[in-house]
Amino acid sequence: MNPQIALPILIPLLAGAVSLVFWRSRAMQRLVAVLGTAALLATSIWLLVSVGRDGILVMQMGGWAAPFGISLVADLLGAIMVVLTGIIGFAVALYSLATTGRGHEAFGYFPLMHLLLAGVAGAFLTGDIFNLYVWFEVMLVASFALLILGSEKPQMEGAIKYVTLNLVSSVIFLVTIGLLYSMVGTLNMADIAQRLAHLDDNGMIDALAMMFLVAFGIKAAAFPLFFWLPASYHTPPVAVSALFAGLLTKVGVYALYRVFTLIFYHNPGYTHEILLWGAALTMLSGVLGAAAQFEFRRILSFHIVSQIGYMILGLALFTPLAIIGGVFYIAHHIIVKANLFLVSGIVHRLQGSYRLEALGGLYRRHPWLAVLFLISALSLAGMPPLSGFFAKFIVIRAGLEAGAYGVTFIALLVGLLTLYSMIKLWAEVFWKADPREDADTAPPAPRRGELWLMMTPVAGLALCTLFIGLNAGPLYSLAEASAGQLLAPERYIEAVLGNAGGGER
Amino acid sequence: MESLMAVAIGVLFAAAIYMMLRRSIVKLVIGLMLLSNAANLLIFAMAGMVRGAPPLVPEGLSAPAAAVADPLPQALVLTAIVIAFGVLSFAVVLVRRAWEVVRADDLDRMKDTDT
Repeated sequence: MNPQIALPILIPLLAGAVSLVFWRSRAMQRLVAVLGTAALLATSIWLLVSVGRDGILVMQMGGWAAPFGISLVADLLGAIMVVLTGIIGFAVALYSLATTGRGHEAFGYFPLMHLLLAGVAGAFLTGDIFNLYVWFEVMLVASFALLILGSEKPQMEGAIKYVTLNLVSSVIFLVTIGLLYSMVGTLNMADIAQRLAHLDDNGMIDALAMMFLVAFGIKAAAFPLFFWLPASYHTPPVAVSALFAGLLTKVGVYALYRVFTLIFYHNPGYTHEILLWGAALTMLSGVLGAAAQFEFRRILSFHIVSQIGYMILGLALFTPLAIIGGVFYIAHHIIVKANLFLVSGIVHRLQGSYRLEALGGLYRRHPWLAVLFLISALSLAGMPPLSGFFAKFIVIRAGLEAGAYGVTFIALLVGLLTLYSMIKLWAEVFWKADPREDADTAPPAPRRGELWLMMTPVAGLALCTLFIGLNAGPLYSLAEASAGQLLAPERYIEAVLGNAGGGER
Repeated sequence: MESLMAVAIGVLFAAAIYMMLRRSIVKLVIGLMLLSNAANLLIFAMAGMVRGAPPLVPEGLSAPAAAVADPLPQALVLTAIVIAFGVLSFAVVLVRRAWEVVRADDLDRMKDTDT
């Protein structure tokens, strides 16, 4: 038995249930939020360590052997993603202690946050395609409710687009599962992979691959399916924005990685070529959208889109180095992007606006905040020696080695434009003089404890990106090992189906 | 029977997409409902239509004697119906709240968050 596989799902579910029990007690809900996410982080690290030691871990739910029951599978990619979920969950839980208002907490902010984390962790760990759909829905329902917490006008308008497009994506996913089931008669991903390899109806398999691409592409906000993201991500409370920005689109990217390395790897000349151009256009359209924006969170939202392009690029090139780069990029991006949203929340708390024209002069008053922002922003743009540099470097190098010069050129250009965008933010928010002559319009200054609570997770995440940058070796070898597993799907299949009793490899 | 189902599912999908392309948000939600029902029917039909053959193993045997209906897609459809019910009831409430806040049933007047 390997309890650590199920614990990252069970702990947030349990924490959510416990905070529902303490519906009226604000203090207890906050305590449970911090303890629950800390426990999630701890077990996820335990999971990663044991996966690194023993190889792919499998747990058969209810003791039903592999193709019949639901298997939970933790390979290195899944385990890395769960650790990142734990990090972001913990950071956001700490941060929301300071930023979440009484009104939001009264409507169940913390239980929903736990439910969202459970859905995300479940999606990373399941080995069953229909179960993946269920975890997607768990995550989506929680995110719907979090998105409209507070019921302001922009939130409603954003939520209608978000809900509609995500529902459409879920329906496409469901239809594809149905079609896939009629072809192979199984739902276990390892079993699907094994049986698809023996089918010769390539046209139908390619069609299914494309349907998965559309379904997960909407979730991952890839071109041309990303329009729900910039319309909605800047509307909810900022802790929710950070949680979404860090985790939700990456679940879509993870699903793309899983499906296109495990199941649909037979015809890369067709499927991965489409992924490649999708990646290029995603990068380009995201960064150009950001260049046209003058609001803190909207700029960051568009940059999510453009960064998703790099991750899909890693998958699309489909060489070992490219997959390493993609995994590295996901890890780097989750930490940095969540952190930038957290910084934007502090800026909003200090100056009462997200619009760049109303901000300014923060470097003079809060130099440490400015430094923390700069670390994350330059890391996002890919400046050495921060984590983003290595992530971009690996992906671009893989592109050059694979001979995809056009796409690589676009990736480099987008890096430059990202730098432009980050410098724009730096200059407008921190460097230029404060546009308001009198301080009357500013909100009341936050209390010291409140500011510390907001700054601690930001500083922690900035240290993470700095640490990855200065000491990229461990994460690189982890990404290398996980790319090795992704490119050898027979190991995954053997781990799931080989020993029906459940247990170690 | 299968071809009849195929036509019915196709009509449902077409109707759903037509409704979703309307400007009214109420019609949008009706479109979403039709869409999820079309998907459920599709999964149901994917297993093949078998009449009067429940998946029961006769006593003394370890496998059913003849071809039986596949119970798994029905379990999937059941799950999908429950999920769709939850999500769509959320969507209905959302539309109502949106109407209260924005005072418009027209997607063209909900462009504040677009760019």
